[in-house]
Amino acid sequence: MTNLQDLYQDLILDHNKRPRNRGTIDHPALHAQGFNPLCGDRVDIFLTVEGGVIRDVRFDGKGCAISTASASIMTDAVKGRTIEQARALFEQFHDLLTLSSDAPIDAQALGKLAAFSGVRQYPARVKCATLAWHTLNAALKNQAQTISTE
Amino acid sequence: MNSAPRAITTPHHSTNNGAFDAERVRGDFPILRQKVNGRPLVYLDNAATSQKPRAVLDAMQHYYAADNANIHRGVHTLSVRATDAYEGARAKVQQFLGAQRPEEIVFVRSATEAVNLVANTWGRTNLRPGDEVLITVMEHHSNIVPWQMLCAQTGAVLKVAPINDDGELLLDEFETLLKCGKTRIVAAAHVSNALGTINPAQEMVRLAHQGGAIIMLDGAQAAPHMAVDVRALGCDFYAVSGHKMCGPTGIGALYGRYDLLNAMPPYQGGGDMILSVTFEKTTYNHVPYKFEAGTPNVAGTIGLGAAVDYLRSIGMSTIAAWEHELLDYGTRVLRDIPGVRLIGTAKDKAAVLSFLVGDIHPHDVGTILDQQGIAIRTGHHCAQPVMDRFGIAATARASLAFYNTKQEIDALAAGIRKAIEVFGP
Repeated sequence: MTNLQDLYQDLILDHNKRPRNRGTIDHPALHAQGFNPLCGDRVDIFLTVEGGVIRDVRFDGKGCAISTASASIMTDAVKGRTIEQARALFEQFHDLLTLSSDAPIDAQALGKLAAFSGVRQYPARVKCATLAWHTLNAALKNQAQTISTE
Repeated sequence: MNSAPRAITTPHHSTNNGAFDAERVRGDFPILRQKVNGRPLVYLDNAATSQKPRAVLDAMQHYYAADNANIHRGVHTLSVRATDAYEGARAKVQQFLGAQRPEEIVFVRSATEAVNLVANTWGRTNLRPGDEVLITVMEHHSNIVPWQMLCAQTGAVLKVAPINDDGELLLDEFETLLKCGKTRIVAAAHVSNALGTINPAQEMVRLAHQGGAIIMLDGAQAAPHMAVDVRALGCDFYAVSGHKMCGPTGIGALYGRYDLLNAMPPYQGGGDMILSVTFEKTTYNHVPYKFEAGTPNVAGTIGLGAAVDYLRSIGMSTIAAWEHELLDYGTRVLRDIPGVRLIGTAKDKAAVLSFLVGDIHPHDVGTILDQQGIAIRTGHHCAQPVMDRFGIAATARASLAFYNTKQEIDALAAGIRKAIEVFGP
């Protein structure tokens, strides 16, 4: 079961059980809704941005352990960062999930996001891990419509 | 195909004492002899697609290796052989479903296409603004969306019959919805893919006809698991899916009452569906060719014929009895696991176990089971309205076939316990 522990690392299980920054923001500067038609999971991302810096970010919705933990860890990771930094982090995170499993991992840049390195062994679950990030990206582009993983 | 079908009376899948021998049947399915993630494959996703016996693979291979030619066209020997095999499959499906004549079987790509065919031909010809189409809450998206599209095109109204908390159709409500006299067609699952509910089809047919409507049954989840007799049911249309009944993908069949099919306009235009073509006027071919434009899926159809032979060689009542035993066993075993909640507990049920494990998301359950070689479906099962009815987004679903065993259900139970262990109480 080593594989399973790679996927469901303690950090992921913890953020699934006790998600951080869960909820809504009454008057968010930016909002988008993400939808994964494969599993019916939905996530809402709310952001307040001041001077190009993400001051507050919250997520709401229901999903699997991977998508819930990913949203939770993402909100922690991007809070206080500039929009540019958040986008760059998404790119690094995306590479982590989609590049071959022997590609080197920049653990320092990724921080807690490195906990998702096990997901790349489970191609069917990559979309679970990226749903919140795609939705964040859409909110940053100020797209109001629902974003689909398909 | 020159090989004769196996005699359907041979009980070659029975043990000496007459009991069903699933282990012996498993030998007919090459795919089942493999390990997945280091464990023997436990395939419990049969409602999504069934596995294929050697007889089906051989029939298709033989067609391409020995008989491949276009059908209904050539005078040459291969074309005659291919046409005989194709029409032979039609006769097999006719007998399998109890249709009166082979012309009542139209080959289509899928059960989905069968529904679309009826909606687009019978539906567009017969529906007027204010007419009603009646479906049920437990329909697969393929038996919802074509009717929504038809209603948008014709001004007809879609009505939905409700179910109770066990996932059983509320027959009184169904009857009430028919009493307005506006219902022109009822479209309903014979067996629900998400819940396993076996609908009281015969009674639904009676009520539909009494209300002046015709009725189409979606038999995609019924035909692989029980004996179906369209004449005994009395239904007007019946749809089946080849790949869910041990046949290949890309082939399905629509049964339609001859007089209805005959009165319907064609579905698609093209070759094979015409008698004569000039630029001024085209005369359409007879039923069923009128609905089979273009070169059909000949290999798939022959594969479906072989699948029907295979199922009949075991016997649909034998299959139904064994699957019922597996369902009873699986229901008991799953109910013994603390935190497991079954979704779909109809009294009359096919071997589908839709369930939730505490607050663990079904996708996580699915991944943990996959790590143990166990294949189940997780998600909304293309039936979002029935998920909404139960206030859930998704379930984990183990759907059984006659080649499954009680040991495999034990493996499923052990896998679920493992998921509970990983995620904690």
